[in-house]
Amino acid sequence: MLSKIRQTVEDRGNQHVGLLAEFSDPGALVEAVEGLREKGYTRLDTFTPFPIHGMDRAMGLPVSKLGFMVFGGAVLGGILGAFLQWWTSAGPQFNWWPSELNQFLGYPINISNKPLFAWESSIPIIFELTILFSALTAVGGMLALNGLPKPYNPLFHSDRFGRATDDAFFVHVSSRDAAFDRATTAADLRGLGATGIEYVDHDGASLVGDDAEAGTAVVPAGGAAVAPHHTTGDL
Amino acid sequence: MATVTSKSAYDRLGGDGAPAYPDGTPMTLEDAPLVRGNLSFHDVTEMVAYHTEKKTPFGWYLAFGAALTALGILGLSVAYLVWNGPGVWGLTNPVFWGWAIVNFVWWVGIGHAGTLISAVLFLFRQRWRTSINRAAEAMTLFAVACALLFPTFHVGRVWVIYYTLPLPNQMAMWPQFKSPLLWDVFAVSIYGTVSLLFWYVGLIPDLATIRDRAVRAGRTLRAKILGFFALGWTGSNRHWRHYERAYLILAGLATPLVLSVHSVVSFDFAVSLIPGWHTTIFPPYFVAGAIFSGFAMVQTLLLVARKVYNLENLITLDHIEKMNIIILVTGTVVGFAYITEFFIAWYSGVEYEQYAFMNRATGPYWWAYWIMMSCNLIFPQLFWKKSWRRTIWLSMAISITTNIGMWFERFVITVTSLHRDFLPSSWDYYSATVWDLGMYIGSFGLFFTLFLLFLRFVPMVAIAEVKGVMPQADPHFYHGHGDGHALPHELAAYQHDANVQAAGPAASDADADGIPDADDSNA
Repeated sequence: MLSKIRQTVEDRGNQHVGLLAEFSDPGALVEAVEGLREKGYTRLDTFTPFPIHGMDRAMGLPVSKLGFMVFGGAVLGGILGAFLQWWTSAGPQFNWWPSELNQFLGYPINISNKPLFAWESSIPIIFELTILFSALTAVGGMLALNGLPKPYNPLFHSDRFGRATDDAFFVHVSSRDAAFDRATTAADLRGLGATGIEYVDHDGASLVGDDAEAGTAVVPAGGAAVAPHHTTGDL
Repeated sequence: MATVTSKSAYDRLGGDGAPAYPDGTPMTLEDAPLVRGNLSFHDVTEMVAYHTEKKTPFGWYLAFGAALTALGILGLSVAYLVWNGPGVWGLTNPVFWGWAIVNFVWWVGIGHAGTLISAVLFLFRQRWRTSINRAAEAMTLFAVACALLFPTFHVGRVWVIYYTLPLPNQMAMWPQFKSPLLWDVFAVSIYGTVSLLFWYVGLIPDLATIRDRAVRAGRTLRAKILGFFALGWTGSNRHWRHYERAYLILAGLATPLVLSVHSVVSFDFAVSLIPGWHTTIFPPYFVAGAIFSGFAMVQTLLLVARKVYNLENLITLDHIEKMNIIILVTGTVVGFAYITEFFIAWYSGVEYEQYAFMNRATGPYWWAYWIMMSCNLIFPQLFWKKSWRRTIWLSMAISITTNIGMWFERFVITVTSLHRDFLPSSWDYYSATVWDLGMYIGSFGLFFTLFLLFLRFVPMVAIAEVKGVMPQADPHFYHGHGDGHALPHELAAYQHDANVQAAGPAASDADADGIPDADDSNA
């Protein structure tokens, strides 16, 4: 059991060790992923500045399970909202309840002999708490499914990788992939039109094959705060 | 795309003029490009991220100084209020809900546009929202913060404000859950929380963008701070998958939430038995008013921001026109509600109800009523004319009169219904005091302090989302790439344009412009 957990953790930590290849545009990226999947690679990922239409299908990823988690959160929030209002305004009184904990008991107040609890007046708060719990589950669940926050990622060793959040499109093939072989995989990526291939592990990133010989580190564009030509920036 | 400055792009495809199809016919509002000036992905990053990275300009300090001054007035007003009690506000029998409630409802209403733009327009696939949603959501958060100020201090003993929360206490008592005022506590605070979550989730990819830029620029401390908030985002497709689902779900949740918040605010009035308040039309009428004033505020802020930050290519005249259409529609809905209220008051046959409404229009507060009518119903009717919808100064003027009108709407509802209550001997004329004014001006101070900090430190346009609606974000854009579908017809014009540009002198293709050499037939 323990070794299995250790294996999972290690696997997670190493999922981004492998080859990182840059492609020129979203269209080429989708084709590259399809090509790699045909060659039998499964542990692929792509890194893009924005979600690419059709990429989930190209990578063979199913629809996210997040919706089911959120439904659970919604049910919990709704039940809690109803219980809170019922308990505090019409909740039962117990003889065995220790007096020090009286403040946790309900406090029924009879007003004109109206019912102590009514669904009608409880709807707004049930609704609001349903939404609150669903939203918290949606955000928490999204972060949990993505394994975020993740302060360290071997990919950050690559200087070029910073452009994945700007205008560059990357494919990553994990070294954990059964079909992975550094030389052949690099050749496969090259064949699919990669414009720069790097091997990235925990020690750093280095260019592979022709790129290493030619020394073609793709220069990252625009990092410094230089005024773009189309702005005056008065405020 | 080959690099084209937005200035030169104004002479070409679209710009601020009318965008046209390749054959010269003018494009419809639906087909017109969302991003102008033929920008590359990198241009978009640069245009937005630059403003968070540059040295703080003097103009910003000036504006921030003014905002801080107003914030100081808020501090002073609050201190004086807490020391003396809400009596300093000019509240007296029979009007115990004065400016504080007016301001609360006004700010909450303004706070509706952000989530509406983010969530409702997202669900309706109105992709033009991407240019304005970030700033609108920020505006929402700050407006809700301003709104919460007023009821918080209106309770008088603000140090026991936690009584409104269901916390076990030494008196073994709980809040009264049957009171609309308590629903309000839940509705507004949960709305604030969910809006914050929505805003932050949308912000994560953009924080990663400016984090990576800070790393490349060698600004270590900045990179670390941004790295903390960006949560290690990399743009992985395995992450985008859950991220997009979370965003969709949040939009789905925020949509009923945003409609419920102002409904609950209207219950504060409608559930009471005061003539003029006790009407079933209130929830939809308040929600329409909230959308109306919120869009107007977004319009006011963005008309300035797009000019100052040179974002005319991202926040185009088309965006302004679309917002003006929404202002026209919601303004007319609100005006219709005013007239319906009058009709129902007459039709009900209830003397007190009829008096309350006649008193609104012709009583001592007639001026407030007619300011409301002209600003909310009459002025927006100018937007029936297309060229006026696309006129900047007129849009600015109407966005401001709208918010004046909406403030007076809340004033009319709150004060005119109260000042002549059931007992004629207690009728009175309510006037605000200087402390009401101080608190109101001070709330602007809080709002603009927060908004200026936002403009300075956070990408004010959703970079990743804007890139996603650009034509070259579609894999089909690249001749035959993608899943083998033919090129959609609406992309053809862009591709033609891109090829023409790529054929230009210096803009040949080795510049990684997003169009592979092989695809550049003209290169």
